[in-house]
Amino acid sequence: MKLRSAKSIFPHALLQRSEGSHATNLLPIVKLLAAMLIFVPLTVDAQQIQVGSKRFTESYVLGEIAKRLLEDAGFTVEHRKGMGGTIIVWRALTNGDISMYPDYTGTIQETILKSTMPLTREQMRAGLAEHGIGMTEELGFNNTYAFAMRREMAESLNIRTISDLRQHPNLKLGFTHEFLNRNDGWEPLSKHYGLKMRPRGMEHALTYVALSSGDIDLTDAYSTDAKLGEYDLAVLDDNLEFFPKYNAIFLYRLDADPKAISAVAGLGGTIDETRMIQLNVAAERMKDYTRAAALYFEEAKPSGKEASIPRANSKISQLFSKIIPLTGEHLTLVAISMFLAVIIGIPLGIRASRPGLFSQFILGLTGIIQTIPSIVLLAVLIPILGTTMRNAIAALFLYSLLPIVRNTTAGLQDISTPIRESAAALGLEPGSQLTKVFLPIASRSILAGVKTSTIINIGTATLAGFIGAGGYGELILSGINLNATDVILQGAIPAALLALLSQFLFDFLDRVVISKGLRLQASV
Amino acid sequence: MIHLADVSKRFGDTTALHPTRLTIESAKTTVLIGPSGCGKSTILRLMNGLLEPTSGCVEFEGQRVSRDNVLALRQRMGYVIQDGGLFPHLTASQNVTLMAKHLSIPIDETQQRLSELCELTHFPEDGLNRYPVELSGGQRQRVSLMRALVLNPDVLLLDEPLGALDPMVRASLQSELKVIFQSLGKTVVLVTHDMAEAAYLGDQIVVLKEGRIIQEGTLDDLRKRPSDQFISDFISAQRSLVQL
Repeated sequence: MKLRSAKSIFPHALLQRSEGSHATNLLPIVKLLAAMLIFVPLTVDAQQIQVGSKRFTESYVLGEIAKRLLEDAGFTVEHRKGMGGTIIVWRALTNGDISMYPDYTGTIQETILKSTMPLTREQMRAGLAEHGIGMTEELGFNNTYAFAMRREMAESLNIRTISDLRQHPNLKLGFTHEFLNRNDGWEPLSKHYGLKMRPRGMEHALTYVALSSGDIDLTDAYSTDAKLGEYDLAVLDDNLEFFPKYNAIFLYRLDADPKAISAVAGLGGTIDETRMIQLNVAAERMKDYTRAAALYFEEAKPSGKEASIPRANSKISQLFSKIIPLTGEHLTLVAISMFLAVIIGIPLGIRASRPGLFSQFILGLTGIIQTIPSIVLLAVLIPILGTTMRNAIAALFLYSLLPIVRNTTAGLQDISTPIRESAAALGLEPGSQLTKVFLPIASRSILAGVKTSTIINIGTATLAGFIGAGGYGELILSGINLNATDVILQGAIPAALLALLSQFLFDFLDRVVISKGLRLQASV
Repeated sequence: MIHLADVSKRFGDTTALHPTRLTIESAKTTVLIGPSGCGKSTILRLMNGLLEPTSGCVEFEGQRVSRDNVLALRQRMGYVIQDGGLFPHLTASQNVTLMAKHLSIPIDETQQRLSELCELTHFPEDGLNRYPVELSGGQRQRVSLMRALVLNPDVLLLDEPLGALDPMVRASLQSELKVIFQSLGKTVVLVTHDMAEAAYLGDQIVVLKEGRIIQEGTLDDLRKRPSDQFISDFISAQRSLVQL
């Protein structure tokens, strides 16, 4: 959209000469915006390969194993950990943001190819090939869905099979959002088994916590999940054989380097359920996926595996070496998106302070953007911008617009008619009226908008972790996945400190930017 | 100096000013007076182009006021409004010198002008670094007057400049204004609703009612030959005139 110049806020009666002299001012800004979006790095060279994973421990571990195999084959590998659910990672794969990631045959059938009938391996390969994607041999374990309950509750209610649940309609069910909405998820299952409960949806990593605290009584789990053992949960028998097979495989782009494909294909048939549970338990205990993956490459140790698993090392220097790069990423996300929001938001706010339909449109649109849940905004932008920092920056930019636009508009509209008329009557041209009089008077309101935006932005930027775009969100999500409060806090505390720091910075800016006359006026 | 040729102004369905002819003579003080909503402030805003006429045209020294020349013309017309209209983010001296600075007039020249104006308006120089919020109502009007005079304009337009002041301050500023107008010899157009003020300051008085001029002339003309019952009522309503 074309941004009009400063003078536009005045009624036509006040319009003067030099019409249009400011109209082109914003073109360079638009160009700059475009340039910045392009230059957020996403370079891929021949020897570099991107591996993705979904947002749960097993996927992280398999991703790390693939990373190690590829490194051994001579590649430089970036593992984009925990990018999101199936759709997000699948889109990243088809977009070319990543070259491979681990998935399951059941997911391919139900979620990716959306087949209502069971597919043979050949049918699956053919369906995937249409998207330019290939599939390795099965890795050797079936990680299907399972229903899990607290053991003592299952025993006291005498629940052993999913059919037994029919006798207990008052149980509180909490399922992952994915399970609730899958074609092979809750709805057909409840019909299949004749269940009538109304479950609630939650993040996978939170379901175990909710289960152990008694917020819910039953959840969906993966059959190789380390937490089944950790929380001492009973798995209900799928006695009417509802759940399909979820055999683990790797999906890869058919145009990926053949050496890379064959390196990962070597995983076929090498991991059984026991092995996978072992690796998952190790990952959760050590809070370190790389070292858990390393266990795969060691000789199987039949007994005393507890002893063989090193404990997580929490030296302060290690903590800092983890937090500092994330701080850099977080600040980059916030700084670039805020910079764009300020240079676009203030001109939009100036334009929107004029009466008229277009102003209503600007304010309405920025308001609507604000009502979109941030995670949805991130997901919607994936087909356009991929699962990259650019995506997160674009989403944060859009989120930061409203307070800036609104406060700029409100600050300018609050300027009284006598002051407007005085500025015009002096003989100042409209552009100078704006820069010398109106914007300085509105500075308090504008700065308050920028401050609100920045603080929201710092908080929202943690969501970049959901699409693997970095920042403190990565630690917070890992922590939620690992059920490790200390890891969550390692991300959450710096984010909170950053918000506080920006608050101080803005209090200081207030003194520099806002005229003393206005501050005195406000205190009278 | 300024001529309104059949100028009218409408805001939507309301007529603020019916087609009006009016000539402002140079080096004289013309007072526009009438009850609220009579169109007196509208005339002032038409003169400096804050409003554009619905019909007719405004001429300044024979030149038609238009979008092309209004900025330059405004710099030749100082404008003072009720309660000053001072910019709250600037100090008194910044308010006064804003335009001089904008036009890149040399600083020492501006400083000298500022001292002259302080003397003329009896504004204390140590108040120059204060912000409007730190000044009294009377001081704010003095600053506003200095701001209007800083470019040494040919015309001074004042819209109820003393309207917001208490009676004591108002009376003393009235006499100061009279001295200032006399010493400057500028063309002054003053809007007021106070007949005593009009009589005291004005060489020429223009009485308006409901968007029309009903009489113009000196106070004597108005008193002795009122064109309308309204004029007599308006004059006699201002009891202080009894003493004149």
